[in-house]
Amino acid sequence: MSKEWPLWEVFIRGQHGLSHRHVGSLHAPDAEMAIKNARDVYTRRNEGVSIWVVEAQHIAASSPEEKGPLYEPSNSKVYRHPTFFDIPEEVGHM
Amino acid sequence: MYAQMITAEASDEDPKLLEEFQARIDRDEKIEPKDWMPMAYRKTLIRQIGQHAHSEVVGQLPEGNWITRAPTLERKAILLAKVQDEAGHGLYLYSAAETLGVSRDELVELLHEGKMKYSSIFNYPTLNWADIGAVGWLVDGAAIVNQVALQRTSYGPYSRAMIRICKEESFHARQGYHAIMQMAFGTPAQKAMAQDAVNRLWFPAIMMFGPSDSESVHSEQSMTWKIKVRSNDDLRQQFVDQTVPQIEYLGLDLPDPGIKWNEERGHYDYSDPDWSEFFNVIKGKGPCNVDRLNDRTNAWEDGAWVRDGLLAHGRKKAAARTAAE
Repeated sequence: MSKEWPLWEVFIRGQHGLSHRHVGSLHAPDAEMAIKNARDVYTRRNEGVSIWVVEAQHIAASSPEEKGPLYEPSNSKVYRHPTFFDIPEEVGHM
Repeated sequence: MYAQMITAEASDEDPKLLEEFQARIDRDEKIEPKDWMPMAYRKTLIRQIGQHAHSEVVGQLPEGNWITRAPTLERKAILLAKVQDEAGHGLYLYSAAETLGVSRDELVELLHEGKMKYSSIFNYPTLNWADIGAVGWLVDGAAIVNQVALQRTSYGPYSRAMIRICKEESFHARQGYHAIMQMAFGTPAQKAMAQDAVNRLWFPAIMMFGPSDSESVHSEQSMTWKIKVRSNDDLRQQFVDQTVPQIEYLGLDLPDPGIKWNEERGHYDYSDPDWSEFFNVIKGKGPCNVDRLNDRTNAWEDGAWVRDGLLAHGRKKAAARTAAE
């Protein structure tokens, strides 16, 4: 069995109420240590108020080869953007 | 995995894929871990990012040497914070390298076996407190010039690591300059120490950018792939141009009589360092090569029982949790 500590991905919520954001990874023997290490490595300058860690092997990711078919459906639906619709100026801000 | 990659041959790569890859680079698209990439691109990155990571970690040694002997409690706290940052920088970079299919432990082993290098600058000793100031100012200053350029490197994880590191690195250079400033404006004896540190570290610092472009083995392909974005000479010139006024402000003598403003070029001229010294240090014949590697290996081996114990504890807890479900 490998003696290398598992790899964890670290997500941090910044000060201003935004979502947790991926900031990097680290090795740790368990979740508790991963959070402590993340605190030491990724929040040394008040970068965050909340930390999530997840073992890298549990993350499922889309594959780059599927990029075309995966995102194509949104290309053909320009009406999803508000600028698709011309609204008369007289109506005011909408 | 790494061993397999070293032996893999690049010659049977699909020319069409190679062409598309280069087109993406030329469009300034970032290459991400799961994207197709040429084997040589992957190998070059592993070597470069790995060496960069090793440099951050080995770079802790010459500074750690002075933590217990810092002149004031404040300087000690600052130095501790800086050295802690370097450990973090090493981690960011090992993580970036790991996205290429090599593990951190493999990289560490390659370092310990002498099969990978780290920046030659850390094979010079830090003889006194002035050296600590000069290292922060000149060595980190030179590293910043290189790393700011690398923020635009083509490999996404490497670029992101550089952005993060650059944010933290200017603290390093400024605290070093501040420490030297206090000495340069202090007693004649302190000023002499500052001068001596600058004299000794100047040439090793400008060697950090590597040999001249015409002699650098890795430059051309790395530039085409935007692994490197600016040439060694170009970066070195920028460092010289920004550092000379900083030395003058301190009232110290320039460490190289060849430094002269060149009106025509709009840059400072400077003397070439002694490149035979550089290659000697790279080959392991610098003043501290043996000590540095011994210190790293001992730290790794002495810490093995802690790593193993924590891993065993982590696995036991995970097993207990599974059993309870």
